[in-house]
Amino acid sequence: MSNKQRWDADRALSLIRELEHLPGALLPILHALQDEFGYVDKAAIPLIAEALNLSHAEVHGVISFYHDFRHHPSGNHVLKMCRAEACQSMGCDKTIRHVENRLGVHLGETTEDGSFTVDAVYCLGNCALSPAVMLDGKLYGRVSPEVAEFLIDSAQRHA
Amino acid sequence: MSVRVYVPCDAAAVSVGADAVAKAIADQIASRRLGATLVRNGSRGMFWLEPLVEVETPQGRVAYGPVSADAVSGLFDAGFLEGKPHALRLGPTEEIPFLKHQERLTFARCGVTDPLSLSDYMSHGGYRGLEKALKLTPQAIVEEVTNSGLRGRGGAGFPTGIKWRTVLNAPADQKYIVCNADEGDSGTYADRMIMEGDPFVLIEGMTIAAIAVGATSGYIYLRSEYPHAFRTLKRAIAIAHNKGYLGANVAGSGKRFDLDVRLGAGAYICGEETSLLESLEGKRGQIRFKPPLPAIEGLFGKPTVVNNVISLATVPIILDKGGAYYRDFGMGRSRGTLTIQLAGNIKHGGLVEKAFGLTLRDAIYDFGGGTASGRPLRAVQVGGPLGAYFPESLLDTPLDYEAFIERKGMLGHGGIVVFDDTVDLARQARFAMEFCAVESCGKCTPCRVGSTRGVEVIDKIIANQDRTQNLELLGDLCEVLTDGSLCALGGLIPYPVQSAIRHFSEDFQKPAPPPPASGSNKAQETQSWR
Repeated sequence: MSNKQRWDADRALSLIRELEHLPGALLPILHALQDEFGYVDKAAIPLIAEALNLSHAEVHGVISFYHDFRHHPSGNHVLKMCRAEACQSMGCDKTIRHVENRLGVHLGETTEDGSFTVDAVYCLGNCALSPAVMLDGKLYGRVSPEVAEFLIDSAQRHA
Repeated sequence: MSVRVYVPCDAAAVSVGADAVAKAIADQIASRRLGATLVRNGSRGMFWLEPLVEVETPQGRVAYGPVSADAVSGLFDAGFLEGKPHALRLGPTEEIPFLKHQERLTFARCGVTDPLSLSDYMSHGGYRGLEKALKLTPQAIVEEVTNSGLRGRGGAGFPTGIKWRTVLNAPADQKYIVCNADEGDSGTYADRMIMEGDPFVLIEGMTIAAIAVGATSGYIYLRSEYPHAFRTLKRAIAIAHNKGYLGANVAGSGKRFDLDVRLGAGAYICGEETSLLESLEGKRGQIRFKPPLPAIEGLFGKPTVVNNVISLATVPIILDKGGAYYRDFGMGRSRGTLTIQLAGNIKHGGLVEKAFGLTLRDAIYDFGGGTASGRPLRAVQVGGPLGAYFPESLLDTPLDYEAFIERKGMLGHGGIVVFDDTVDLARQARFAMEFCAVESCGKCTPCRVGSTRGVEVIDKIIANQDRTQNLELLGDLCEVLTDGSLCALGGLIPYPVQSAIRHFSEDFQKPAPPPPASGSNKAQETQSWR
């Protein structure tokens, strides 16, 4: 996930132009921006507002409503850890604590060196193979502390 | 004919190494110069056996699992292409008891076919439902669905046919079909499986719905946690479009139906149909007041059918085989089949499609094999984070909408999460309130404020501060949430909380845990995690 582009207003504008014709275009636009840059830069708000004939407040309100949209760049790797009931029943708390200790962050934070962002999610739809995590968009099942350790190590090797 | 070898492309199978197994098999086929073809199928839903590899033999498909990439070379040495013995050989796939004792109607093709092969789909009964629908009047299609007794599989259990009739009878220049694929309940994955394993059945179901009510445009609102399903649906829609099953002239009928997939953005509340519509319109996913019903004023203010994935994916078989065929399965007012999802601390986790009426106990023990940890089962949560926790003594409850309501529970989307005796139900009750606080859309006060107050009150109960009064206060708070919330999130969050107190009161009477050493743990636990 270290392949994210630096914020670029021209590039953002062209992404907005590609999607602005869609009915209910705001979420597709925000996803496109986040896919490109890893977050939704504040500077995108006036561009989107102008294109969709919305107020800045309306655009900001939507960005802040949804858990997915980031206001700041994420780490090079994004680890989403499920802490919903099925994963709890298989000890996800233990795996989460292990990862927090290993990386020195709490859920929702990015490591100081910018290598990892660790987020809580509520269900990845892998509830028969709990605990589940998603690392850079790839799903993993039966993630014990040892497996989590292995995933972090391999991600760091391919940083 | 070359031998076909099947390795699932389902996200759960991939999560335990199916891609690596597929690559190892392809490498072996190439290096040994064998005439075999690798097919990526959906999952059969026996997740403890994933990656489950199947080989097509003259005697039918033979299963091997769980297969790791390291084991592949040995499988070839043992002659698994001819279905020969090996330590991982499970026998004929259809004879595996977990699968054999199911009644797969909606999931008939899932795991059997290549999800993106339209010819596979057609040769396994695909598009026969649409073919029949196109010969019927819209009223007759709606009638068939009504007669089938199909009720919304998303959790609310509202009769699908009645919803469709309302949209059919609403005059408008534009109508929509919206598929609710925001499968956010923990313990559920049936929607994901069918979207990844048999996407054309959902497309066909939505097309039939469109023809029935006179809609020309449809959206699948998919949660962003399912990137795998997103890619599959995008490709399936493009294929259906290219082959004339979507677009301006659906199957040569002269009728138009355009379909697109939209991604949610991590908000649980968008599984509530009016929040979902707001989100599709590009707004904050806050719920709407009802009435007006979405069937009258839905997406962009137009009459809209909003149905769950499984409801829509069940429509093709109803049209194909008739409403009466489907209705003959089930019990009481719960007709047809339920897609049970065994999850959490369960030995044999997976998908069980079975007529309504199977008991919880049979689902958990006969199919699921008990707990994964081998410890005694203590609690079961059915129906997602808003469902009740049931103790062992309620395991004889039949899986039926009404039977669950009678026991102050909810069948919901059919997810069953099993907990062993290490579970602390006071912590689970606290989590329910915490989850509600994180995911509340903020529109109504009982849910927005009540959930946070709920966390605080339960913390006090756990800490043994004025326990009796605080338990009473929690009861009052739950009553306010039940009666005063606008939607099911606030309205049902008392289910897990009160069921925990009702059935596991001892967990609320334990001595207070020692205060955290530095105080930092506490601060960490009460933050919203976002």
